[in-house]
Amino acid sequence: MVTLEARVRDPERGVALEIAVRAGATLAVLGPNGAGKSTVLRTIAGLHRPAGAHVRVGERLLAGDGTWVAPHRRSVALLGQDPRLFPHLTVRENVAFGLRARGRADTAPADRWLERVGAQQWADRRPAELSGGQAQRVAIARALAVEPDVVLLDEPLAALDVEAVPELRRVLRQVLADRTTVLVTHDPLDALALADEVAIVEAGRVVHLGAARHVLLHPRSAFGAALAGVNLVEGVAVGPDRLRVADGRELTGTALTPLSPGSGATATFAPTAVAVHRVRPGGSPRNVVPAVVAAVELRGGTCRVEASGWLADVTTAAAAELDLEPGRDVWLSIKATEVRLDPT
Amino acid sequence: MRTRPDVPAWIVPPALIGWALLALPLVGLVLRVDWRDFGSLVTTEASRAALWLSLRTASASTVLCLLLGVPLALVLARSTARWASAVRAVVLVPLVLPPVVGGIALLATFGRRGWLGQHLEVLGIEIAFTTVAVVLAQAFVSLPFLVVTLEGALRAADPGYADVAATLGAAPGRVLGRVTLPLVAPGLVAGTVLSFARALGEFGATVTFAGSLQGVTRSLPTEIYLQREVDPDAAIALSFLLVAVAVAVIALVHRPGRSPW
Repeated sequence: MVTLEARVRDPERGVALEIAVRAGATLAVLGPNGAGKSTVLRTIAGLHRPAGAHVRVGERLLAGDGTWVAPHRRSVALLGQDPRLFPHLTVRENVAFGLRARGRADTAPADRWLERVGAQQWADRRPAELSGGQAQRVAIARALAVEPDVVLLDEPLAALDVEAVPELRRVLRQVLADRTTVLVTHDPLDALALADEVAIVEAGRVVHLGAARHVLLHPRSAFGAALAGVNLVEGVAVGPDRLRVADGRELTGTALTPLSPGSGATATFAPTAVAVHRVRPGGSPRNVVPAVVAAVELRGGTCRVEASGWLADVTTAAAAELDLEPGRDVWLSIKATEVRLDPT
Repeated sequence: MRTRPDVPAWIVPPALIGWALLALPLVGLVLRVDWRDFGSLVTTEASRAALWLSLRTASASTVLCLLLGVPLALVLARSTARWASAVRAVVLVPLVLPPVVGGIALLATFGRRGWLGQHLEVLGIEIAFTTVAVVLAQAFVSLPFLVVTLEGALRAADPGYADVAATLGAAPGRVLGRVTLPLVAPGLVAGTVLSFARALGEFGATVTFAGSLQGVTRSLPTEIYLQREVDPDAAIALSFLLVAVAVAVIALVHRPGRSPW
């Protein structure tokens, strides 16, 4: 296990980022598109050479002070959202590719890794015969079979079917334990499940850095949550599809795998799924909670309302009609079908 | 049946006429072949010498095209510099040049009094009017086919595969040999076949730069051109032989709409 330090300065792309990862830890980098996240990963991997780059893995200087180590000598694996399995090789040959490239005659680790990611039954297939989720499992095995010092993941789950994501996330969580990793993602659940630390990046700068749970669940402003564009609520399961937040509020939602009561769970829902009322609404919504408006921010045609830590998007007309202003008592209602529940 | 919104009915006749323009002369040739004497016509000593020379020289020039054209296509496909487009323009010249002009240019360069040829002659190396000249003339006209086809395939290929291979620890040579070239294999095969076919049919540059000495520089197209004057039936029979070889090559390689993987 080794540490990773990287300073990337790329004026052409408006990037000036500095990240550091403890030995064996995972850092998640969250930020909007074009914030320079991929530039940083490609620089660490040696595939992009910006004006200023300083990359150190453990004691080894990979870039900076006149040094530039070629990508194939870095021991830095990069996995993107496209698995990019070599189409002319079988699954097993794909996973053994890195071992062979390093002159290893023994390719048994390839089979061991296929087994670890649950892909051994496809070993003799061609990549074209695999689904997206299967291919990404194989790509994970291929990246890790060479035992890289550092693993870089660029939106590894973004291109997958919703059903395939929880299983792949579990696989990643297993294989990334005790491995120095940088994970670029836009899904706060990925960060919560896989990362020890989170860095929020905006316009090429790190604007918030800290322990994953802290940064995601207690954003410094509404910014951290707003960036991801979701409400992220942590709590304890009190039923297969019901969660209780520490402050006593409860949420019913949809769980892909039923929650086991008593265990930790996370609810995510979009601000657009939250309706704001002045009086307690009756009828269908099962999630109705009282809240106090903290901030109202105009964004184009909609208003983003922050109330008791949750975000709601309402039309400007509705905001005016409800006379929303900080300090106002309101009721929030969220349809259960719009709330996603995941075990943590 | 799937509808084709961009195929109006009126384009069918010109399409058919265009195809007929290519197909009818082949039919004409086949109709004129003297099948009774075909065997003896294509196995005369002169015919066999020309066929053998053509196969040897076209194979040699194809190997030469691969050795030089693959690196050239790679350099062109991977450069974004301004000089790359100037280099590419030079590569395209033989495609639009009359082959006889190419032959004269080769003669002016590698001929006895050519600006390189005179120095080579001092070293005892003569190129013009030898079998080597046939190969050079064929390579001159067929190299662009390989380079253009392969460069197109390389540019269309996803560079991400090479990135992945490098991060897995593969040195550039290994990435090229194990990933990049296998991925563009269809383009590489197509380019190789095109340049072989072009070399096999090469006439103008060869006859200008290499001459027409039986067994040494008289390739099949030259033999056909000469036979046309004295024995038209032999010329037709040999022409049919070339068409047959061309069709066989195309049938061997051209598999439209099939993914190689």
